Amino acid sequence: MSNRLIDLQHITKIYDGHKVLDDLNLYFNENKFLTLLGPSGCGKTTTLRILGGFETPDEGRVIFNGEDITNLPPNKRTLNTVFQKYALFTHMNIAENIAFGLKISGKSKAYIDDKIKYALKLVNLDGYEKRMPDSLSGGQQQRIAIARAIVNEPKVLLLDEPLGALDLKLRQEMQYELIRMKNELGITFIYVTHDQEEALTMSDTIVVMNQGYIQQIGSPEDIYNEPTNAFVADFIGDSNIFPGTMVEDKVVKIFDTIFPCVDTGFGHNKPVDVVIRPEDVELGKPGKGTVDGVVSHQIFKGVHYEMEVTACGQEWLVQSTKMHPVGEHVSIFVDPFNIQIMNKPESEDEEAVVLDV
Amino acid sequence: MIKKWVQRFYLFLIILFLYAPIGTLIVLSFNNSRTSVKWGGFSLKWYQQLFESKTILAALGNTLLLALLSAIFATILGTLAAIAIYHMKKRRQSICMSIVNIPMLNAEIVTGIAFMLLFISVGNLLSIFGIHFEMGFGTVLIGHITFNLPYVVLSVMPKLKQLNLSMYEAALDLGAGEGQAFFRIVLPDIMPGVLSGFLLSFTMSLDDFVITHFVKGLGADTLSTLIYSELRKGIKPEMYALSTIMFLAVFVVLLLVNLSPQKHIKEEQHR
Repeated sequence: MSNRLIDLQHITKIYDGHKVLDDLNLYFNENKFLTLLGPSGCGKTTTLRILGGFETPDEGRVIFNGEDITNLPPNKRTLNTVFQKYALFTHMNIAENIAFGLKISGKSKAYIDDKIKYALKLVNLDGYEKRMPDSLSGGQQQRIAIARAIVNEPKVLLLDEPLGALDLKLRQEMQYELIRMKNELGITFIYVTHDQEEALTMSDTIVVMNQGYIQQIGSPEDIYNEPTNAFVADFIGDSNIFPGTMVEDKVVKIFDTIFPCVDTGFGHNKPVDVVIRPEDVELGKPGKGTVDGVVSHQIFKGVHYEMEVTACGQEWLVQSTKMHPVGEHVSIFVDPFNIQIMNKPESEDEEAVVLDV
Repeated sequence: MIKKWVQRFYLFLIILFLYAPIGTLIVLSFNNSRTSVKWGGFSLKWYQQLFESKTILAALGNTLLLALLSAIFATILGTLAAIAIYHMKKRRQSICMSIVNIPMLNAEIVTGIAFMLLFISVGNLLSIFGIHFEMGFGTVLIGHITFNLPYVVLSVMPKLKQLNLSMYEAALDLGAGEGQAFFRIVLPDIMPGVLSGFLLSFTMSLDDFVITHFVKGLGADTLSTLIYSELRKGIKPEMYALSTIMFLAVFVVLLLVNLSPQKHIKEEQHR
């Protein structure tokens, strides 16, 4: 408990009568890469802006290092933000941009020059001191925005979808860069994105949000392999989500077909959601699996083939390196370990879940 | 080929009609003869006489001082107003912008008479308390600031709309106070708009006759009101010279106004 760096307590934020965040409780530990992940409008950016000091919550408190900073303006916080649209100062050159925060805090010229050198080296842009921001590419501008933030030695770096405007190749490169920078600096990164792949690649911990509630907190592996509800399963990666009935422990019924599974403790004949990842569906000769079906679609995705199999009157999404042509009769088999059972959500707005990070 | 010549001829005609009166004025200002009917040879004597006249020089001083002061005040007030309006919600914003636009569209003579009546009423009101109030340089300055305000707001607003607001937030984030963030980040970014507002105000003030005429009272003559009252006594060629100088002054300022945004557009295209 003592190493909580930031603690958000009962945060509620209302815009025009609409609750963007509803009693949000979340804490962040030191030296971690944390990602707030969710669709647009889920409250992730608002959470980040509350951390940065650009928004004040309507209810609740923000505790930073044991201190209440809820009403502290952004310029008094030891956090720095990297903005979505870079927000470099267009009338200043790169060195002046990076020096901005240091000059304001009254650092000596020698110190500032040293820091600029170090920061440019860290983001792999040495020698760019005299360039103007608009002569740089999007990826380079983003690196400068990061350099400008980290020279102030913040305890936490907040990143608001910083890779959103970059193309795929550059985005993947920057993901590795960000992990490297985080390890080199040894500070906490809080990262906001709607891109689940980005979140899975970089994070130590992912916080999945929807409609102002936290849906699940966990490591990338946990979130991917053990989604707690249908929203998380659907948002992270591709998945088959079927309504099912938990007949008894370790037995689930999906569309009148009995599948063995490993989950226990759901009770008898309880309606549940069943998640099966497309890569966990194994296809075989008809009659050899749990249920038979027919391949209805098939596309080539590079690493694997993606197929849709009609079985039990439902479409099953299947990913496999082995190709099965459309019209082929196949059987479906799923390893009991790969069947994920989830409680049905109580209402349309999934309940908030608060778990330890 | 013929089409091209027709186009050129048409353009020539337009420019001729636009500038013929001013051209005549400029030519006559160098005329050695007193009458405008006869060309008596080239001479600068009207310019010489112009700069020997104390009343004219006083009016010139008034005009320039007025233009400078009213432009400075209008630029500061207008820029602040534009920032406030920019941060309003949409509906309020459009209401405020219409309010700002009305004085600009209003007939100048109406504004002039309205100002005169206002100042007379204020004077009457103050005389009850035994305070003496007279129209003069101060009232003209107030009048000029008022009609300059909309031009400043209108030239600053588009720059504000282009501004990336997260630049301001980034400045706060890096430790700047709100004032520092404004002066070091926001103001340099909207500077082209502020400058062209200033230059527009300056020319509008140089140019104004109607409003000045109504609120100047007895003392404070500007060049335009001076020319008007001199002309009533009879046409003197000094006035041609004076008008020529005024035209050239306005022309130069307008050139500056038009060149500065173009330079900025070029920078943007460079991106």
